[in-house]
Amino acid sequence: MKNKDESNRKLDAGKIMDRIAKASEQIVSGVKDEEVENWVTIYVMGRAYKVPADLTILTAIEYAGYKFLRGCGCRQGFCGACSTVYRKKGEYKLQTGMACQTRVEDGMFLVQIPFTPAEKASYDIGKLNYNVNSLFQYYPELARCVSCNTCTKACPQDLEVMDYVQAGIKGDFKELAEKSFDCIQCGLCAIRCPSELVQYNIAQLGRRLYGRYDSPEPEHLKKRLQEIQEGKFNEVMEKITQISIEEMEKLYTEREREEE
Amino acid sequence: MKISYYPGCTLKTNAKNFENSAIAVARKLGVELIELTRWNCCGTVFSLTDDDLIHNVAPIRNLIRVEEMNNNGLINNDKRLLTLCSMCYNTLKRANLRVKENPDDLEKINDLMYLEENYEGEVEVLHFLELLRDIGFEKVRENVKNPLKGLMIAPYYGCMLLRPKEVGIDDPEGPTIQEELYLELGAEIIDNPYKKVCCGSYQIIQDKYVVSNLAYDILTHAKDAGAEAISLSCPLCAYNLDSIQKEVKEKNPQFVEMPVFYFTQLMAVAFGLDTEVFGFDLNYVDPRPLLNDKNLLGRNNEE
Repeated sequence: MKNKDESNRKLDAGKIMDRIAKASEQIVSGVKDEEVENWVTIYVMGRAYKVPADLTILTAIEYAGYKFLRGCGCRQGFCGACSTVYRKKGEYKLQTGMACQTRVEDGMFLVQIPFTPAEKASYDIGKLNYNVNSLFQYYPELARCVSCNTCTKACPQDLEVMDYVQAGIKGDFKELAEKSFDCIQCGLCAIRCPSELVQYNIAQLGRRLYGRYDSPEPEHLKKRLQEIQEGKFNEVMEKITQISIEEMEKLYTEREREEE
Repeated sequence: MKISYYPGCTLKTNAKNFENSAIAVARKLGVELIELTRWNCCGTVFSLTDDDLIHNVAPIRNLIRVEEMNNNGLINNDKRLLTLCSMCYNTLKRANLRVKENPDDLEKINDLMYLEENYEGEVEVLHFLELLRDIGFEKVRENVKNPLKGLMIAPYYGCMLLRPKEVGIDDPEGPTIQEELYLELGAEIIDNPYKKVCCGSYQIIQDKYVVSNLAYDILTHAKDAGAEAISLSCPLCAYNLDSIQKEVKEKNPQFVEMPVFYFTQLMAVAFGLDTEVFGFDLNYVDPRPLLNDKNLLGRNNEE
């Protein structure tokens, strides 16, 4: 039974990617070539393609004919799935960014990073001590940081990654949590780090420790968790997973929203 | 007087008692320690490999921060950087010396840190003991309200304050700087040749018994010479001489535990400062019974 569920989910994932591709079709293939004034040449994994100049790296690669199964997610710069490494022609520097947030430039050499196979520790947050040793216990390589700042340079969120790593080393969980808060876990810091740290997972452990031991428990969250456990949302959840895409879109556009 | 201050990671965790007592006694002496607004690990150990420049990036980056403190007006034209931890002192000072003597190395490091302002080599790394000597130990004496009368202290230097001699704060073979300080505090000095013996340093990670054997020698020699406590300036030495006494006692049941002070804790007691700056709860061997014996605690002499 479980296996069947999983294979269904896989099929669904395929369908979802098709839906997303369809939703952004007008961007990538609805363009008439004669209407495009400015073109750039990009190199996807070494091969040259001419693409409209106003595309993002993500849509440009799709324009060139590739279909993403991995290395692409929300397309809004939030999910961290479309980590990209590129180099501009004539430069030695490898640059990093999110493919959905970076515009193509003439002469870009491109490749998508579909996955970061980084170490991710498993722990019971309730059983850890709230001190720096918990970070070193699960991520001893933390001590290898040489303060080269390569991580900060790689971060597409412009976070001060080295500074939050250093805050971790000195046991300042508040600074670590605040400085890493906007991390989207794209993995680019870890891929570039010469000392082989997994900055974003270290930061996640730090934020969890800070949240668990140093922040007041929010009452509304406690209440909501209890409601979930008691099955308050089971029925609507069941319903929402069965409805058609059109009904889903209607629900989404008509959803309750906080005033902006 | 305001001076740039580099704490180092341990001073923010296991050696918080060292930092708190140091800040308090410095204030009493009219010195305000202004923590660097942004700092990273000192690099922990100075790399002895000639071509291992990358491990000098961390210390030099901290020295750039001193220039920033001056440029931002947080410090008024004073390029000195004060340290407390002997290990940080040694690493920062040696990296500073290396780039001052090797302009090519400095250029490479500056080049790697192209997002920072260039380091110009103008910072002077200073240990708090040196600053006290510069201010004058007689000024220290003026602030003593609770002389450490009858307290038998064995000063312990370890390696990082003294070696190599180019960065040492005192004569590497016959240092006296701590002795001069404790005399002004009113303590009795117990000299012994083990004050310069290495505590075992990071061997503690590999094999704690290498360290506990060394600690046994260092502590028993001090004790046999008449010391009631050790005093030092390095959180790693403190760990290896204080916390390790659990293992020392396991191996040598006749061993009697002996308190280990940071020199600033002794100063804080002698200055009669508020007891909360002592931070004795972070010392493994509780020094309070000894201080009570000498009638040095419980007398808050602060006006």
